Amino acid sequence: MMDEADLRLKVVEVLAEEFELDPAEMGPEATLYEDLGLDSLDAVDMVVVLEKTFGLKLTDEEALRSIRTMEDLFQFLLALQVKQ
Amino acid sequence: MSAIRVVITGRGAVSPFGLGLSPLLAGVWSGKSAIRYMDKWAGVEGLNCLIAAPVPEFDYKGLLPRAVRRTMGAMAVYATLAAKEAVADAGLSEAQVTSEKTGVVIGSTTGSASAFEEFYSKYLPTKKLAEIKSGEFFKMMGHSCSANVSLALGITGEQWSPVSACTSSSQSIGLGYLLIKAGRQQVVLCGGADEAHASVTGVFDLLRAASNLNDDPENSCRPFDKNRTGVVCGGGSGVLILENMDSALARGVKIYGEIVGFGCVNDSTHIANPDKQSMVRAMRNAMTEGGLVAADIDYVNAHATGTDLGDVAEACAIASAVDSTTPVSSFKGHIGHTLGAAGSLEMIILLEMLQKQEIIPTRNLLNIDPRCSDAQLQRELSCANLDTVLKNNFALGGVNTSIAIRRVD
Repeated sequence: MMDEADLRLKVVEVLAEEFELDPAEMGPEATLYEDLGLDSLDAVDMVVVLEKTFGLKLTDEEALRSIRTMEDLFQFLLALQVKQ
Repeated sequence: MSAIRVVITGRGAVSPFGLGLSPLLAGVWSGKSAIRYMDKWAGVEGLNCLIAAPVPEFDYKGLLPRAVRRTMGAMAVYATLAAKEAVADAGLSEAQVTSEKTGVVIGSTTGSASAFEEFYSKYLPTKKLAEIKSGEFFKMMGHSCSANVSLALGITGEQWSPVSACTSSSQSIGLGYLLIKAGRQQVVLCGGADEAHASVTGVFDLLRAASNLNDDPENSCRPFDKNRTGVVCGGGSGVLILENMDSALARGVKIYGEIVGFGCVNDSTHIANPDKQSMVRAMRNAMTEGGLVAADIDYVNAHATGTDLGDVAEACAIASAVDSTTPVSSFKGHIGHTLGAAGSLEMIILLEMLQKQEIIPTRNLLNIDPRCSDAQLQRELSCANLDTVLKNNFALGGVNTSIAIRRVD
């Protein structure tokens, strides 16, 4: 299981690469849709990338839909790591 | 009210010679061939043709934003860059491009072949969709080029996408012409795109129609030559701006030519073999629609791909529909057979011939096949009085097209 600091860094790294984003703009408070400009197609690809990176299954659609910020995403993945 | 006339006011290209019109025209006018050996294809078991005319690799990330690029396979990237160049060449404003009066008609043989490979290489081994990204379908769908061009340029008029293999872009030009003549659109971005891929060349290879002159790529494609070796596939995109003539005149822009007739006929004799009589009908229909007789035709740009059946049928058809004195040539020796892009990329070269009043000869035509000798085949670059010309393209599946173009002074 990855520790929290490494997970945060890895999430920023893989999403920055996938969506051609500036890591400096991906702080915990940044919103995925408004601030980072992602959309519904990107949300699908985000799941693909995160599943591949962390070896997790992101199947809780309701929880995924509730993710608004980077911090929400970090917390979602940290909790999922513990569960899976 | 007089009939609507349709003219061409812009040209854009991504070709086997590279990105933009300039390398295409420079390559063709210097008599070069863009056909080369494909190293990676040597690993495809059973593939005999290891040569092609692909678009040279270039970094397009900085040329298109990610939001539009994510749903594009290579062919849609080519089409979008060609479309942007054509729009700039025509001097169309953003307001004109995004007006409902402007549409897009861009076809291809299929969706992106490399996207199909990417998708099925993940899906087939496991029958799982887990690693498939959201953009893949949009790269594979039949109207991928027109859809992506529409999104990238903000097109809000009509979107069409003829998917008819080697006539995809000639049908696109023909359809754009009809849409403008019908008064439905004022401007239409017309063309086609395709990408060189082993699976596409493999189709011609299976039909025993592809060249296997792998050790001499530049001299491999020899339309009308008795020592022809077969088709060499290529990739790229050509996009033309077709425009209502009154609109073009009001804007005071350069007019490259007027489309005066479009012949498009089907043959139902064989799914793969060409039919001379259908070729004749296509040319005659284009001429009739343009009010033209054989004596009006100054040149015929042949589809001729370097196959035995196709070259001979077309040479005889041209001699029959036009005559045996009108100059004829094919550009396949220069840029290979760019399939869905062939009609529009070759049309761009043809329009340049009208500008320069010069005829580009068939490259690699050293020994004319006696069965093709009824056509006046050109082997040297020459000056000529080119006013009215025909552009032929034919496709597997029985589609035969011919477009009549007239120079506008």
